Amino acid sequence: MRWWLPVQASSFAPEIDGLFTAILIITGLAFFLVEGSMIWFLIKYRARPGRKATYTHGNVKVEYVWTAFPAVVVIALGLTSNHYWKQIKGRDSVPPNSYPIKVHAKQFEWLFTYPGPDGKLGTDDDITEVRNKLHVPVNRPIVLEEESEDVIHSVFVPAFRLKQDAVPGMHIRAWFIATRPGEYDLGCAELCGMGHYKMHAKVTVQSQAEFDAWLAKAAQGDIE
Amino acid sequence: MTSVAATHDVGHAAHAPTGIWRKYIFSTDHKIVGIQFLFLSLLFLLLGGLLAMQMRWQLGFPNTPMPGGGILPESMAPGGVILPEYYIQLVTMHGTFMVFFALMPLLVGVFANFLIPLKIGAHDMAFPRINMASFWVAFLAGLIMLASLFAPEGAARAGWTMYVPLSARPDLSGADLGQKLWCVSIVVVGLSSILGSLNYITTIINNRAPGMTWFRLPLSIWSLFIVAILGLLALPVLSGAAIMLLFDQTIGTHFFDPAVGGQALLWQHLFWFFGHPEVYILILPAMGMVSDIIANGSRKPIFGYHSMVFAIIAIAFLGWIVWGHHMFMSGMNPTLGSSFMISTMVIAVPSAIKTFNWMGTMWQGNLRFHVPMMCAIAFVAMFVIGGLSGLFMAATPVDMQIHDTYFIVAHIHYVLFGGSLFGLFGAITYWFPKMFGRMMNERWGKIHFWLTFVFYNLTFFPMHILGMAGHMRRIYDPTQYDFLKPYQPLNQFISVCAFLLFASQAIFALNFIISLFRGRKAELNPWQDNGLEWTLPSPAPHGNWERLPTVYRGPYEYSSPQVEEDYLPQSRKLPTDREPAVLAGAVP
Repeated sequence: MRWWLPVQASSFAPEIDGLFTAILIITGLAFFLVEGSMIWFLIKYRARPGRKATYTHGNVKVEYVWTAFPAVVVIALGLTSNHYWKQIKGRDSVPPNSYPIKVHAKQFEWLFTYPGPDGKLGTDDDITEVRNKLHVPVNRPIVLEEESEDVIHSVFVPAFRLKQDAVPGMHIRAWFIATRPGEYDLGCAELCGMGHYKMHAKVTVQSQAEFDAWLAKAAQGDIE
Repeated sequence: MTSVAATHDVGHAAHAPTGIWRKYIFSTDHKIVGIQFLFLSLLFLLLGGLLAMQMRWQLGFPNTPMPGGGILPESMAPGGVILPEYYIQLVTMHGTFMVFFALMPLLVGVFANFLIPLKIGAHDMAFPRINMASFWVAFLAGLIMLASLFAPEGAARAGWTMYVPLSARPDLSGADLGQKLWCVSIVVVGLSSILGSLNYITTIINNRAPGMTWFRLPLSIWSLFIVAILGLLALPVLSGAAIMLLFDQTIGTHFFDPAVGGQALLWQHLFWFFGHPEVYILILPAMGMVSDIIANGSRKPIFGYHSMVFAIIAIAFLGWIVWGHHMFMSGMNPTLGSSFMISTMVIAVPSAIKTFNWMGTMWQGNLRFHVPMMCAIAFVAMFVIGGLSGLFMAATPVDMQIHDTYFIVAHIHYVLFGGSLFGLFGAITYWFPKMFGRMMNERWGKIHFWLTFVFYNLTFFPMHILGMAGHMRRIYDPTQYDFLKPYQPLNQFISVCAFLLFASQAIFALNFIISLFRGRKAELNPWQDNGLEWTLPSPAPHGNWERLPTVYRGPYEYSSPQVEEDYLPQSRKLPTDREPAVLAGAVP
């Protein structure tokens, strides 16, 4: 069991984890400052007979400071987050040379369609409806073309820090670069019905040569 | 006070109903209505907790017979083993009962009703009959929601957020009547909220006692006022959406069904446009009451009263423009995500102001650790954690990892349990003497507080770790996933702590019930508070005041150099005080 985020297996995992760590440091400081001084106040100013509390209604200068300081911090945090957000999820962030894989979600399975030798989806040589197996070549931009047949599902690969809902009636793209060969879990993150808990797929990150070999076998229907 | 008004006052008090039926059941007395809400919502709190315990059993010990589970029918838990379709009903109904039938009525139904006339110095609500109706409509809504548990295919099962198309199509969710009853109940409970809100707003604007200016209102009343406005504007949106969903389910409309031209995301926009103001409805009243209690426990005026008021207003205003942060992963335009991220981040500012002001109030105080004060301090401490963890999910890239995971479950429970529920434990203990004329037991109150505080943190803090690992919400069996198998011991630990947390609540229940009958008789002003309600006998009589009080100062004049004692009631006239001008059109 890890007490931290999962292994980093995609190109933007280090960025997201870095942002997570930065927020943890900021909030951690705020946490210790607030809770620490509160505990100190609780001990120092506990009731004692014969003493009266200081009669004051506040201090405008102090209040300006503790309004302005968090405001600056959170706006800076928002702008930094937005920088990465645009890189990862922005509409035009998908690299043009991305390898497309169609994800067709339905209760309760994932059907992946891989482009054939022409590298394009929607042509006759597509390898269609590979059930619950997502294979991707390492270090190459992949774009998932998500759609759903029935209800809302959500592609979630914790090792990639990747999450994107698949919504019926919508065509949604999500891209990533897998950086670490291995086998990972893909789960459904949106409650999609009775079988929500078992709607999982395996993600295999492999070298381009291994991937090509697997895809050739898949084209023969020889992968179960 | 004119003689005409005085005659009217006497007349009002003389109207006190005598029969049990009018006095306790169909009562228009705001205090009785509040107490009715209290009993009803505490029962729903217990029910919501029972549902949560079953979920925790399944998560900690999947596919093993639940102790006592044998009494459940085959369709839920054959042989005591919870079925997946029952599990998602538990998920759905736990959230629904807790939000709509436990927390919201506890915070608003109980305390807006009980406190507003008492604290502003009024005989009753502006519309007592509408007030009575708001309770009975809520009662009806509760009955409908309870009935849905016994629907043939079971209760609603699309999560308390009821996302479409799952909730709209029985063939996809497996529930039919249960889903419809959910919609009907939500429309009815919305009506109750609207009736209540209209009443609270009207009463606070019109029925304040002479001298009770806006900036002499206690912060509890300010937050209840703002919450009533939120409720009045937000609940109709939910009701409208629920009616659309009901039409989709029953008469063949397709508002939300993409297969025939509907929009799946439309529901999410409507739901969260209601839903985010709703979470402030669920926290602001607790913030207000905690402010009153902290000033009292610190024996010090609230630090920065005006900025506290403006922070409440700012939170409420910003609450309307952050709903999209629930939809960062929904496929909504990512540019829209950017603006929702910034507005969400900014809401941290008024929250921080409130926290710093509570600390400023304790600073150089003379702190009395009575049970309500301990609960109020826990509120602040836990709200800080819940608020700070909100920054992680507000940051859209980080949200990619933790969205729809147990990190979110941890966050909402830090705000609503660690925050609102601790605030409520404090508020119930604080105003119990004015409701029932007796005190709750101090020692058992402290034992309950410590057990709850410890097991609450042991239950919910580790959920952050699960969420970071990617443990999805609402999954029936985490051991299905290889990456979650190593976390099963942690899930078991959380479950055991949750059981102990639940068991600890028996102390509160017993303390509450026994104190009702055997508690120490309460004097007029047991907490030495400045509020108007503490000048009345305990319990407060029907019609509250024979003659309405006159208000000379704000509610937080503790340790004032003007008097010997460390408190100075709002209605106590010092030689230097002048009579306030009577408000034109004020109801005496």
